[in-house]
Amino acid sequence: MAEITKEQVERTADLIRLTISEEETELLTSQLNEFMKYADQLNELDTENVKPTTHGNDVKDVMRKDEPTKWITQEEALKNAPDQDSGQVRVPSILE
Amino acid sequence: MNFETVIGLEVHVELKTKSKVFSPSPNAFGDEPNVNMNPIDLAYPGTLPLINEEAVNYAIKAAMALNCEIATDTNFDRKNYYYPDMPKAYQISQDDKPIGQHGWIDIEVNGKQKRIGITRIHLEEDAGKLTHGDDGYSLVDFNRQGTPLIEIVSEPDISSPAEAYAYLDKLKNIIQYTGVSDCKMEEGSLRCDANISLRPIGQEEYGTKTELKNLNSFAFVEKGLEFEEKRQEKVLLAGEENFLQTRRYDEKTKETFLMRYKDVANDYRVFPDPDIVPLYIDDAWKERIRSQIPELPDARKKRYMEDFGLSEYDANVLTGSKQMADFFEETVEAGADKKQASNWLMGDISGYMNKHTKELHDLAITPESLAKMIQLIEDGTISSKIAKKVFAELVETGGDPEKIVKDKGLVQISDEGQLKEIITEVLDANEQSVSDYKNGKGRALGFLVGQVMKATKGQANPPMVNKILKEEIEKR
Repeated sequence: MAEITKEQVERTADLIRLTISEEETELLTSQLNEFMKYADQLNELDTENVKPTTHGNDVKDVMRKDEPTKWITQEEALKNAPDQDSGQVRVPSILE
Repeated sequence: MNFETVIGLEVHVELKTKSKVFSPSPNAFGDEPNVNMNPIDLAYPGTLPLINEEAVNYAIKAAMALNCEIATDTNFDRKNYYYPDMPKAYQISQDDKPIGQHGWIDIEVNGKQKRIGITRIHLEEDAGKLTHGDDGYSLVDFNRQGTPLIEIVSEPDISSPAEAYAYLDKLKNIIQYTGVSDCKMEEGSLRCDANISLRPIGQEEYGTKTELKNLNSFAFVEKGLEFEEKRQEKVLLAGEENFLQTRRYDEKTKETFLMRYKDVANDYRVFPDPDIVPLYIDDAWKERIRSQIPELPDARKKRYMEDFGLSEYDANVLTGSKQMADFFEETVEAGADKKQASNWLMGDISGYMNKHTKELHDLAITPESLAKMIQLIEDGTISSKIAKKVFAELVETGGDPEKIVKDKGLVQISDEGQLKEIITEVLDANEQSVSDYKNGKGRALGFLVGQVMKATKGQANPPMVNKILKEEIEKR
């Protein structure tokens, strides 16, 4: 299994908007590599005749009827917002 | 050097379900901000999204109407990105197993038919709505977050801005017929991004494309693409290179402006969503949806031409929207002559709608009242001229045309004795015109007809007036 590099850790941190220090980068890189080694044990299994799956249990078509329900009020919805204005959440602008 | 234009369109359509795609919040446009949301939409820990069956049905229906093959095994994926319009920091979407693939629609530009391929249609959730202020802050309304959305990606088969317009028009028409969305661009329930590139004619490889954003009407899509076509051609003719970029269309200047260069492909770190279990769409399910798809515009157009004997032009206009086609058929069912019903819809009714920027369902006239009015013309109760007066009343306030005719005293005068009396009076009062006509001045007859109409407030039966007038003049 390919080794996880420091650059990949930095890129991932950037993508998920985390600032990590140089030491943390080192630590995470080595921890992630340890973890990958552990997960690598799965490769010992013979999966030749096993269909690829995305879920652990064989459940399909779990759906909900199209019935709308009001659950919380605007006031409740905004209770945990860091800032608000005219019923909306106020956030620093991030322009593409 | 001559270039060939290659256009691909990405269209997002909001589905008109009652609730959101992964939570039971109401799906509604135009409400107070942040009232249609719940802890699932807000991605609170411990919540579990559950897919709305009707959203899946609608997506299948749209995909079928666009001639797609429907997947049997399909699942949902997480597309990860950080942006304030998406509280989960990922969008639930479909990556490698979309609901529909390999579809197509036929378009017509300048009398030429062309088939445009549809690569894929997948179901996903819409994001919240951001309003950017000029103080460095933005406001977020999450009502729209979680609205079921289908993304329809075309093949790069479109070779001119006019074809792009025709494709969008047809796509919108077909989806409106299925009833899964109202496709209102002004309310954002249909949105379009366009990719365009140029390549020297004969070259296999595609040129570098531009992605166009902020295309808020079909006309802007066409205009934006026209501008971009010329801009890229200029760059290439100057021997320069086009760079992969996103450009914004400006409605005022009708030009496109650079938003950003795209150097690194977006890295969404897509993986299967563990919350949403896979869907198995079996044949019975597919057939159930297929049986619900109404007759689509092309089939209706063909039927109007073959069974109703309408011209291709008329059939095209009438099937241009489901509302119009339904109104037409209901009018015919209520007993109206097909050609007459078609003429009134395409003439006075469309004219009124355009003048007052109203939709068919905003008008007070109904298929039944239109049919009754047409019958009144056919049985001679009213003339076509008087019908315009009845129509004006019907379209504004509605009601029973027979009653309008009676109440307003608009019944056509077709009684020969009564007409003869009036005509004699008119001839007595206009002896000069009578002798003018006898001396070969044909125009004098028109004047006399006008006088009779004036005396009867336009209610005299025109063919009878002509006939009796000539007879009475002969006698003098």
